[in-house]
Amino acid sequence: MSVSAKTFAVAGTEAIAAKGWLGAHKYLILRRLSQAGFLGLFLLGPWFGLWIVKGNLTSSLTLDVLPLTDPLVLLQTFAAGHIPALTAVLGAAIVAAIYAMLGGRLYCSWVCPINPVTDLAHWLHMRLGLKKGWQPKRSTRYWVLAMVFAVSLATGTLAWELVNPVSMAHRAIIFGAGFAWMIVLIVFLFDLFVSRHGWCGHLCPVGAFYGLLNEKSVLRVSAIRRSACDNCMDCFAICPEAHVITPALRGTAGETPIITHRDCTACGRCIDVCSQDVFRFTHRFADRPERTDGPIEPLNAPTGAA
Amino acid sequence: MTDTREGHGLTRRRVLQDAARAAGGCAAAGLLLGLYAVEARELPAEALRPPGALPERDFLGACIRCGLCVRDCPYDTLSLAELGRDGAATGTPFFTARDVPCEMCDDIPCVAVCPTGALDPRLRNIDDARMGVAVLVDQEHCLNYLGLRCDVCYRVCPLVDEAITLERSHNTRTDSHAIFAPTVHADACTGCGKCEKSCVLPEAAIKVLPARLARAEAAEHYRLGWEEKEKAGAPLVDGLIDLPDRGFEPTLKLPATGGSQ
Repeated sequence: MSVSAKTFAVAGTEAIAAKGWLGAHKYLILRRLSQAGFLGLFLLGPWFGLWIVKGNLTSSLTLDVLPLTDPLVLLQTFAAGHIPALTAVLGAAIVAAIYAMLGGRLYCSWVCPINPVTDLAHWLHMRLGLKKGWQPKRSTRYWVLAMVFAVSLATGTLAWELVNPVSMAHRAIIFGAGFAWMIVLIVFLFDLFVSRHGWCGHLCPVGAFYGLLNEKSVLRVSAIRRSACDNCMDCFAICPEAHVITPALRGTAGETPIITHRDCTACGRCIDVCSQDVFRFTHRFADRPERTDGPIEPLNAPTGAA
Repeated sequence: MTDTREGHGLTRRRVLQDAARAAGGCAAAGLLLGLYAVEARELPAEALRPPGALPERDFLGACIRCGLCVRDCPYDTLSLAELGRDGAATGTPFFTARDVPCEMCDDIPCVAVCPTGALDPRLRNIDDARMGVAVLVDQEHCLNYLGLRCDVCYRVCPLVDEAITLERSHNTRTDSHAIFAPTVHADACTGCGKCEKSCVLPEAAIKVLPARLARAEAAEHYRLGWEEKEKAGAPLVDGLIDLPDRGFEPTLKLPATGGSQ
C-alpha cells in the first residue's frame, strides 16, 4: 500500500506489459474512432454528397427527419429572449434525454472535437514534464456556465457561441474555418502551458452543462474489482477528473464501487491503464463489488494519496 | 491550509473566498464576453441575412448557427460567417448580393429548415421577404442615367415593373433622347440582390443595402394633405378657397439698376 517505484512509472506501463499495447489502449482507440466517426458523419455530406446528417453539433437534421439540437445552445436562445420553434425544442429534448440516460459527459470524451486537442496538449504537457500550473477550482466551470447565461440575458445574443471552441472547431471543419483555428490553438496552448487539464476539467461550461445531465445516467465505470487494486496509482495519473475515482476505488465495504461523480466523462482510460482489471464499464445498478482472490475490500483508505 | 483547530470560521471563510474568486473571475470574463457580444452585433452593410430573418437584434438571439439554411439553399447563396473574416457574428448565415444573390425560391427551403424560427416560418410568399432594399447609389456612373439603354438591373429583377421601373425623362445632354432611370420601389423590393449582381459596371451602381441605411422615415406627425383629403372623401377644412396657380414666368420685371456698371 505504499508509494513505490511503480507509482512513478508512466501510467499504463504495467498494463501494456500485462494486456499488450492494444489491450491497454482499447478505449482510447474506440474513443478516437467515435470522435472521428461523429465528425465523419457530418463530413459525408459536404465532402461526398452523402447527406445522412446535415448541420453541425449545435443543431442537425439526420436523414431529413430526426432533429437534434444542443440543449445548452437552445437554453442560450431562451436566455437571449427568443422562444425557439418546436423543431429545436424537440431536438434539444431528444439530445438531453439521450445524454441524461446514457451519461452526460460521454459527450466530452466520445463526441466533442476539442477533446483530442486537449488530450494532445496533456500528452505533450506530461512529456515535457511541465508543472500543473494554474489550477482553478473544478467548480469554476459552473460559474462560467452561469456567466454564459448572464451575458446571453444581458446582450440578447448567444454569448457563448461567439467564442465556444467546441462548436467553433466543429463548424470550422464542416463549413470553413476563418480564424476559428486560433480559438482552438488558444485552448491547446492554455492546456499545454498554463493549466493542466485546465479547459475540459475546470473551465468549459459545455462540459459543466453535460455534467449536470450526468447525475442519474445509467452507463458507469465501476471499480468493481477494487480488492485487486495494487495501488500503482495509474488510474489517478491518467484520469482527467481524478477526484471521481477515490470514492469508488477507496470505498469500504457497503460503499458502492461505481464511479457516480457527475464529472466522470466515462472515457474508460482507467480501464485501459489498470493492469489488475479493477475497472469495468457497467450500469449504475450493479453496485456490488466483485469478489477476487485477494482481500474482499481494501483494508483502509490511504490518506492524501489522491 | 485548512486547520480544523480554528473550527468552522476558517473553513467558511475559505469557502466564501473561493466562491468570491470564482465569481469575480467569471464576472471579469463575462464583462469581456459581453463587450465582444455587443461589438459583434454590428452587421456589415454588404452582409445580407436570408429571407425571413428576424430583425438583426432578435436574430442574434435566435440563430443557433447550425448552418441548415446554408445546406438547403439550392444555389449556394448562403454561407456561415467565419471568425475574423466575414464581419457578421461568427457562424451566422449571410449572403453577399454581388457574389451570389438570392434566387427567391418559391418554397423558401432555408426558412423551412430553420429549427429555431430565426428565419420566420410565417414568411410564406417569397415576394414578402425583406432582405434589404436596392438603391441606385451612383447615378453618375449608371449607364441608363448616362442616356444608354443598359436596363440590366431592371430586366433581371424578379419583380420587374414592380420593384424596379424605368422612369422616363428628357435627356438634356443630347436634347433629343430620353433617359430611362432605373427606379427602385422599396415597398416591392425584396432585397434579393439580382440587380446588384448583374450590374455591368466593375463596381455596381445599384446595391442592396440594409433597410436602416436605405430608407428614410417620415416624421410621425406628418400628414399629407392630399392623402387625408382622399381618406376623408372631402376637403378637411370647409370653405377653403383654391387660389389660381401662378405660372413660372416672372410677372414683374425688375428695373435694371443703373450706376456702377
